[in-house]
Amino acid sequence: MTEGEIVGSYIVPVHPHTVLVPEQNEGWQRLRLAFDEAAQRIKDADADLLIIYSTTWPSIIGHQIQANPNPEWVMVDDDFHDLGSIPYSFNIDADFAHAWNEANEKRGLKSRTVNYTGFPIDVGSVVALKLLNPDNAIPAVIVSSNVYANRSETTVLAKACLDVIKATGRKAVAVTAMSLSNRMFTAPIEPKDDKIHSLKDDEWNRKILEFLGEGRLEDVGQLSRTIHKQIRVQKVVAFKPMWWLSGMNDNRNNLTGEVLAYEAIHGAGGAVVHLDPAASGAGDKEYDEDDVEYFAGERNVLDAEEETEIIVEATPKTSGPALWEPTTGADSVNSDAAPKPVGMYPHARRVGDLLYLSGVGPRQPGTNAIPGGPISDGQGNPLEYDIKAQTQAVVDNITRILEEAGGSIEDVLDVTSFLVDMDRDFSGYNEVWANTLGRVGPTRTTLAIRALPTPIAVEMKVIAKAPKLN
Amino acid sequence: MCQIAPLFEAWVYGRLNGRNADADIATKHVALSMTQGEIVAGCLAPHPPHLVYAENPPQNEPVAEGGWEQLRWGYERLRESLKDVEYDAIVLLSPHWQTYVGTHFLGLPNFKSLSVDPVFPNLFRYHYDLNIDVDLTSKIHDKAAEAGLAVKMMENPDFRVDYGTITTGHMFNPAWDKPLVVISSNRSRDYYSVEVMQEMMIELGKVTREAILESGKKVVVIASNSLSHRHFTTESAIPEDMSKEHITSHAMHLWDMRMIDYFRTGQAQRILNEMPEFTEQAIAESDGGGLSWLLSTLDVPTYPATLHGYGTIIGTGNAIVEWPERDHKEASQ
Ligand SMILES: [Fe+2]
Repeated sequence: MTEGEIVGSYIVPVHPHTVLVPEQNEGWQRLRLAFDEAAQRIKDADADLLIIYSTTWPSIIGHQIQANPNPEWVMVDDDFHDLGSIPYSFNIDADFAHAWNEANEKRGLKSRTVNYTGFPIDVGSVVALKLLNPDNAIPAVIVSSNVYANRSETTVLAKACLDVIKATGRKAVAVTAMSLSNRMFTAPIEPKDDKIHSLKDDEWNRKILEFLGEGRLEDVGQLSRTIHKQIRVQKVVAFKPMWWLSGMNDNRNNLTGEVLAYEAIHGAGGAVVHLDPAASGAGDKEYDEDDVEYFAGERNVLDAEEETEIIVEATPKTSGPALWEPTTGADSVNSDAAPKPVGMYPHARRVGDLLYLSGVGPRQPGTNAIPGGPISDGQGNPLEYDIKAQTQAVVDNITRILEEAGGSIEDVLDVTSFLVDMDRDFSGYNEVWANTLGRVGPTRTTLAIRALPTPIAVEMKVIAKAPKLN
Repeated sequence: MCQIAPLFEAWVYGRLNGRNADADIATKHVALSMTQGEIVAGCLAPHPPHLVYAENPPQNEPVAEGGWEQLRWGYERLRESLKDVEYDAIVLLSPHWQTYVGTHFLGLPNFKSLSVDPVFPNLFRYHYDLNIDVDLTSKIHDKAAEAGLAVKMMENPDFRVDYGTITTGHMFNPAWDKPLVVISSNRSRDYYSVEVMQEMMIELGKVTREAILESGKKVVVIASNSLSHRHFTTESAIPEDMSKEHITSHAMHLWDMRMIDYFRTGQAQRILNEMPEFTEQAIAESDGGGLSWLLSTLDVPTYPATLHGYGTIIGTGNAIVEWPERDHKEASQ
C-alpha cells in the first residue's frame, strides 16, 4: 500500500446563504460558484476522504469526531432560519473517525467519537459537505473545535489525523469551515447591501488571502492570535483553524495557493481558498513556535503554580551515567560535535578502509539534551517521547562524526540499530530511516533490547567506509 | 367593499399593536382598565443537561445512576415553592440559542422534536413537545422593536429548540403544561463588551416587563444560566461520579458566593454594577445576557431572593434562585 497523503486543502465559509439563497446577492453567487469549482477539483484529485474541521461545532470535553455512518436531519441556522431549512444525509467514514480518535489518544490528546441519531451537525459542516461533496461520493469525517484548545492541542490533532491518513493510504482533502473576519451586521440587512463589516476587517482579510494565495499557510497559522484579536468576535473560540490546516500540511509555507472567491456574508468575510500541496516558490518561514508532537496535558490556566506544560523538545536534567572524554589512540576518530561517551571508548576507530563507530545515540553534543524528550525522568518514571526526533538526532550525530573524520553520511555500509520499545517505536524509527540512511543504502539489523545506559530509545552501531587519508 | 375590508383589518392590527400615537393612548387606557398582568416570580434556573440526565425522565434516552442531587433537590424546592401559585406562561432566555443578528423569539405555537446536546450528546438526547404563547411573544417582540432593538420572530417549523431551553424547561416544569416565551441570547457581549450587552438586556427587560403587565397574564420569568462557567475539559468514565465533582478554582467559588450573597440580600443593582468584572473574571455564563435581562424584568429588585440550591457541574457553579415578586406587589406597580 502506498503511503496516504493530503491531496488538497480548502478554506470555505460557514453561513447558509451559499446553499439556500445564492441568487439573492452577486457575491454569494460567486462564493457558490467557487464552492462548485472546489468540488470539481476535489473530484479530479481522486480524493477518497474529506476531513472537515468546523469552527461552528464547539466542544468542551476534548475534540469530538462524528462517527455516525449516515447522519440525517434537517439543519436550520440559529440566525438565518428565515432563509430556509437544509435537509442532509451524509456519508461518514466511521472507521476513520475511530482510528483518528485512537491516534489522538496515542499522542496524549483527549477526544471522543459521537454516533447519535439526531446529533445536530453544525452549519459550517453542513454547508461544506453539501457543496463540496454534493453526491456524497467521498466519505467524510467532521471534527469539532474545542473551546479551550490552544495551538499545541490543535497541532497535535492534525498530526494524529495525518498518522491515520498515512497508515491507511488515504488520499485526503482537508477542509476548514470558517469565516475570516467574523463580525456580522447585528441587524437584518437587504441582500443587496451586503459588504464586509468594516474597512479594517476587509484589509485584514485581504492580507490573509494574499498570504494564502502565495501558499504561506504556516505564516497565517503563526499570525493566528493576532488575527483573532484584530478581526474576530472576542469569545473563547479563537482563530484556530489555521493551526489545524497548517499542521495537516506539515506546517509548510510553500504550498500552491489560489483564492477562488472572497465576498461578504452578512458582513463576515467569506472566502473559498484552494491550497495545493505542490511546492511553490515561497517557502521561507520564520518558525518561531514549537513543533509540538505530543500533547502534554492541560496548562491549568487557572492554577499558575501548577504549570505543567511539557515541551518535548526541552530535556530536563536527568540522572544517568557519568560522561567521559573519548579515549584517544593512533587510529581513534573523536569529535567535539558528537556527544560525550558514557564509558572509556573513542567515538570511532579506523581499521584499514573501514571506520567502526561506537554506538551512537541521540544526545546532543554540549547540552547532552535528548531531542524528542527522554524516555524517563530522573526517578525512572516513563515520559512521553518522540521516536522520530530521537532517530533523526542519532542520524545527525552519525553525520557529524563521519564529517569530522573527513567523510560523509554517504559512507555508511552497515548499521545495527537498538530500540528499547520495538512495538511502540519501530514505525517512527523506520520512517526517519527511510528518509535518511535508507537513501544511502547500508545493510541493517534492528534489535529490541531492555535498556540503554541513558534515557534514550534508540542507538545505532555503524560501520562506514573510511575516508581517504591525505 | 372589497378594498375597505383589508384597510379595516390593517387599522385594527395597528391599534392592537400600538402602531400609532392614537392607538398608544387607547392601549394604555385599556391596560389600566383590564386586569393588570403580573410577574409572580423571577428565577435563575441553570440548564446543564447533566441534571436531566441524572434524573432519568422518560423523554431522555441516556440512563444515569443519579448525580448532582444538591441541584436537583434545589429544583424540587423551587417547584414546591411555586406549586400553589397560579400562572399562565413562562418567559425564558437561554444562552444556547445564540444569535448575532439581534434578539429572536420562537414564533410558532408548538415545537416537537429531538434535542441532542452537541457538547454532551452522551448525556442529553431529549424528546420534547412544547407550546409557545405566541400572543405574549408578539407583544414582547413588538415592544422591543419599538424600543429600537433588532428583533426577529423564528417561524421555521424545522427549527430545533436549544438544549438550554429544554433543560431548564424540564427541570422547572416537567409536566410541560404551561406555554413558553423563548428568547434567544444576543451575543452583544462577544461583539462589544459586557457593558453594551447589559445596556441592551436592561432595555429588553424593561419592555418584557411592560408587555407582561399589559398582557393581563401571570408570568414566571426565567434566566437559564450558570454563574462561574469554567468547565473541566475531561469527563470521568462515569459522568455522574460525584467524587470527581467540585468547583474548578477557589476564585470561581468566591465569585459565586459573592453573587449569592447579593441575591439573598436584595442587592440586584450591585449585581448589575459588578456584572463586567463577574462575567470576565468568573468566565460567567451571564455573558449571554440572561441575568441582566432577568433583573431588569424584575425592575431591579431590592427584596431578598430565595436560594433553593447551589452546586457545581463539571466544575461550573450553578445556583437556583427565586425572586418571589408575588409577595412584593408594591415593587411591581
Ligand atoms: Fe450553558
